[in-house]
Amino acid sequence: MNGPMLVVKDLHKYFGRLEVLKGVSFEVARQEVVVIIGPSGGGKSTLLRCINRLEEPTSGQVYIDGQCITERHAPVCQIRRQVGMVFQLFNLFPHLTALENVTLAPMKVLGMPRGEAEELGRQLLAKVGLAAKVNNLPAQLSGGQQQRVAIARALAMRPKLMLFDEPTSALDPEMIGEVLAVMKDLAREGMTMLVVSHEMGFAREVADRIMFLEHGVILEEGPPEQVFGSPRHERTRSFLSKVL
Amino acid sequence: MSLDWQVVERYFPFLVGGAWLTLRLTVVTTALGTIIGLFAAIARLSRFKIFSWPAAAYVDFFRGTPLLAQIMLIHFGLPQLFGYKPNMVVDAIAALSINCGAYVTEIFRAGIQSIERGQTEAALSLGMTPAQAMRYVILPQAFRRVLPPLGNEFIAMLKDSSMVSIISMEELLFRGMISAGRSFRPFPIWITVSLLYLAMTLPFTRLVSWMEIKLKREHRPEGR
Ligand SMILES: Nc1ncnc2c1ncn2[C@@H]1O[C@H](COP(=O)(O)OP(=O)(O)O)[C@@H](O)[C@H]1O
Ligand SMILES: [Mg+2]
Repeated sequence: MNGPMLVVKDLHKYFGRLEVLKGVSFEVARQEVVVIIGPSGGGKSTLLRCINRLEEPTSGQVYIDGQCITERHAPVCQIRRQVGMVFQLFNLFPHLTALENVTLAPMKVLGMPRGEAEELGRQLLAKVGLAAKVNNLPAQLSGGQQQRVAIARALAMRPKLMLFDEPTSALDPEMIGEVLAVMKDLAREGMTMLVVSHEMGFAREVADRIMFLEHGVILEEGPPEQVFGSPRHERTRSFLSKVL
Repeated sequence: MSLDWQVVERYFPFLVGGAWLTLRLTVVTTALGTIIGLFAAIARLSRFKIFSWPAAAYVDFFRGTPLLAQIMLIHFGLPQLFGYKPNMVVDAIAALSINCGAYVTEIFRAGIQSIERGQTEAALSLGMTPAQAMRYVILPQAFRRVLPPLGNEFIAMLKDSSMVSIISMEELLFRGMISAGRSFRPFPIWITVSLLYLAMTLPFTRLVSWMEIKLKREHRPEGR
């Protein structure tokens, strides 16, 4: 198939009576990197979580590589395998070593034999610069290292699309660079990525498109030069002036 | 009045035999109770009412009624209702296990709920089914956290198993009653019985404290 990797159509999400997403629609093309920015509470996390249906959208559709995940009887677990997710607080499995964190899903979900899974795991941990830490528990790793393990863990399922929810906002400043470097590598290799982040340097460098999400609405989108350089919307401008 | 400590010597092997049965009863019923409690906790946390409701009713009933009444109900009540011959050992084990299971259900429920929501989300985002997330991610972590309360439950069962003396199970308390009656020396006998209970519970009390300290030290918040 050659359609877009991700299609989000008129997505609405209510928490009780609070409307958090008010009809969000967009597409992400294959190998495209889209960065979402916007004020806290604007619905960025909720949007990402609706895309892999960790959160149940109130209405609207999400298609991943042409497959609808929001249908009533959609094979949700199967579709989720194709969508990697990286969380703000890493969410590593604390009882498992770095390697075991990476190999668990390939073994249990895909039925990959242990030997093969471990080889894949070592390879991915090496890729994120943690070859020496395979046997460490998450508690023995720094925040930046943990987030890199989390990226390797997601990549182990060979996803078509990666979702990042503020992957560096819980990190000490000196560790942000190492995580962004891994993400830049991924983008360069052609991974399709949807990233919530306020790392403007990263966004300028790797994003094909920036979306500004506020109060559950995409107010503005465009290439980074345009959104950062000459934002059309007053709200975008005032947000950027606070962040930059 | 002479306390006559010699009766202790005479009845000691008899009492130790009772303590041995108490210990075996406790190990068996806590093990069964743990299995019952694990499944009941998973049922209790299910979003489907056909699972969660019976589990809730089970917990409420067996935590909200006296163990003695439960033993009587199982040993005398059910055989009358269904017309079969009661079996003392089976009924004692059943009553204790089912009672223990109700408490363990709550222990596991709290343990499972104490695992951060992000753990389930990470597991699901990797394509695991909710059952796989429970089995490979949540339960292994919950198990560690519930070890101290499970240890406390074991200690409680050591003491509560004395209740089955009411249906003539010859465990420590029952043998204490026999010894005290036969010897006419209640004080030396009952202090011996008490010390035998203490000798069994104390190592576990210490073990639980040690586990609590160890877990507390391990449980630093993630991140940073
Ligand atoms: N599970 C939830 N229940 C109720 N309200 C929620 C829940 N999750 C998020 N919200 C609310 O939805 C809004 C958007 O949250 P979120 O998507 O986390 O925003 P962002 O990631 O942009 O900061 C906020 O007002 C938040 O309080
Ligand atoms: Mg957020």
